[in-house]
Amino acid sequence: MELYDLTIHEAANRLARRELSSRELTQTVLDRIHQVEERVKTYVTVTEELALKQAEEADKRITAGDAAPLTGIPAAIKDVICTKGVPTTCGSRMLENFLPPYQAHVTERLLDAGLVMVGKANMDEFAMGSSTENSAFHPTHNPWDLERVPGGSSGGSAATVAASECIYALGSDTGGSIRQPASLCGVVGFKPTYGRVSRFGLVAFASSLDQIGPLTKDVTDCALVMNVIAGHDKRDATCAPLDVPDYTQSLIPDLKGIRIGVPQEYFVEGMDDDVRASVEAAVHKMEELGAEVDWQVSLPSTGYALACYYIIAPSEAMANLARYDGVKYGYSDMRGDSMWRNMELTRQHGFGDEVKRRIMLGTYALSAGYYDAYYLKAQKVRTLIRREFDAAFQRCDVLVTPVSPTPAFKLGEKVADPLQMYLSDVCTIPQNIAGIPAISVPCGFAPAGGGSASGGDGLPVGVQIMAKAFDEPTILRVAYAYEQATEWHKARPKL
Amino acid sequence: MAITREEVQHVAMLFRMSLSEEEIARLQQQLSQIIDYFQILQQIDTEGIPPTSHTFSLENVMRADEPRSSYPTEDILANAPLSEGGFFRVRAVLE
Repeated sequence: MELYDLTIHEAANRLARRELSSRELTQTVLDRIHQVEERVKTYVTVTEELALKQAEEADKRITAGDAAPLTGIPAAIKDVICTKGVPTTCGSRMLENFLPPYQAHVTERLLDAGLVMVGKANMDEFAMGSSTENSAFHPTHNPWDLERVPGGSSGGSAATVAASECIYALGSDTGGSIRQPASLCGVVGFKPTYGRVSRFGLVAFASSLDQIGPLTKDVTDCALVMNVIAGHDKRDATCAPLDVPDYTQSLIPDLKGIRIGVPQEYFVEGMDDDVRASVEAAVHKMEELGAEVDWQVSLPSTGYALACYYIIAPSEAMANLARYDGVKYGYSDMRGDSMWRNMELTRQHGFGDEVKRRIMLGTYALSAGYYDAYYLKAQKVRTLIRREFDAAFQRCDVLVTPVSPTPAFKLGEKVADPLQMYLSDVCTIPQNIAGIPAISVPCGFAPAGGGSASGGDGLPVGVQIMAKAFDEPTILRVAYAYEQATEWHKARPKL
Repeated sequence: MAITREEVQHVAMLFRMSLSEEEIARLQQQLSQIIDYFQILQQIDTEGIPPTSHTFSLENVMRADEPRSSYPTEDILANAPLSEGGFFRVRAVLE
């Protein structure tokens, strides 16, 4: 096993025993980046010099006996999260040269914990997309098959963890943007409850849906990162003023007394047979571990969640993206003959196709005469979706479903058909609508279709586990017990 | 539900964003298709159902009104495309 393949907890143990220095570990990860990044393209910016400096600081801390579990561990930060003085592009021409004047709350927390940042991970522009093909800079490739997408919008974060170009990463999830790429790349991806992690310094997409979370190689690492990033921050008025449990206490390898529900509506028409079989097998494994399973749970409004989301998210995005006016920061087109004309040109040339599409959808949905029919209607449907989850969680501790209806699709396959691309989020949107936490954990491999470049183990499949708001501990317990009883999380792509 | 070319232009101007002829044509077709898909919501009865704007509703998040220093002007203006004398500079709005 190579050093770059280590998990956080494995690396932290070696650092604590002084068998390894952060400097050595960081150099190994940087060498790995040099070796494979040209093929996988997971980063917008690699921060080599900063990483080595932070590694030296971490080594001093470890020597002084002042180490925390994440001290000296190389990580990637999705390029939508502000890093002071380090370019934060959001995958957009609009912010290509933007240097944040402050740190995001999560960046601050990680720095306090001894962060070694190796780079800013690639993403769909402004986190809008399901394949990372909407990055203004370059698409990211799936490490399991370089002809396929890594998912999105946190595709860079998921692929860079899968390719061992970092030990862990942060992403953001508005409608599946952590979980869907985690599933497609075979890593663990966790979207916490809305309000669990401060969004201060997260560039806003849809403010009632956005949440930051970890992408890691296993569930233990997920709990370790959650312990650092979760908790109240007064700079985000939507952040919950609730105590944070020690998430590592949830890592219990049995499921006695856990009630699992399997909502049938998530096994959508056109779902890949291998995905269905892998997820069903995962539920059977959880049953063997002591859980009670109800296969007949129904959430009847699930089929309306996608339309609901594609009204609410673009409406909120439109309001958030109005700040890009070419005046205060970011790209500015000054070829016009007036301030207004410059603003119009700045947006035409600064935003990419998908961002413009969503701005147009949101502006249309909120415009005079359409507000009641679209935005207000979607908010009422949102209430129904929440109520169905509330009712299901009266009888079940967790719900278990697929994450993505298919394994990774080919680069270019869905670019020309936005609605087909949106449908890849069908299983991961309802949780953001309801604000509940959900995780994707590896649960198998689907044989790659014709023309696969990997010729190896096939394409990763993830299983989704969700619970009621702020019940992250139960999700982590189920995810951990399942993971420990299987071998899927140990597989690494051949690069 | 077909969106007209004029509607596409009107909506783009509500947002103060110009579009090329090619973009207008493409968006007219794509927005029509997506908004057609939204009609699925009309099948669902929401009579008497209140809207949800936020899932975790905190009301009146208050803090003490204490003066504190803000970010240095030069740090904020460092990202500005044009600035002058401690201000953002734009083209004249009034002639």
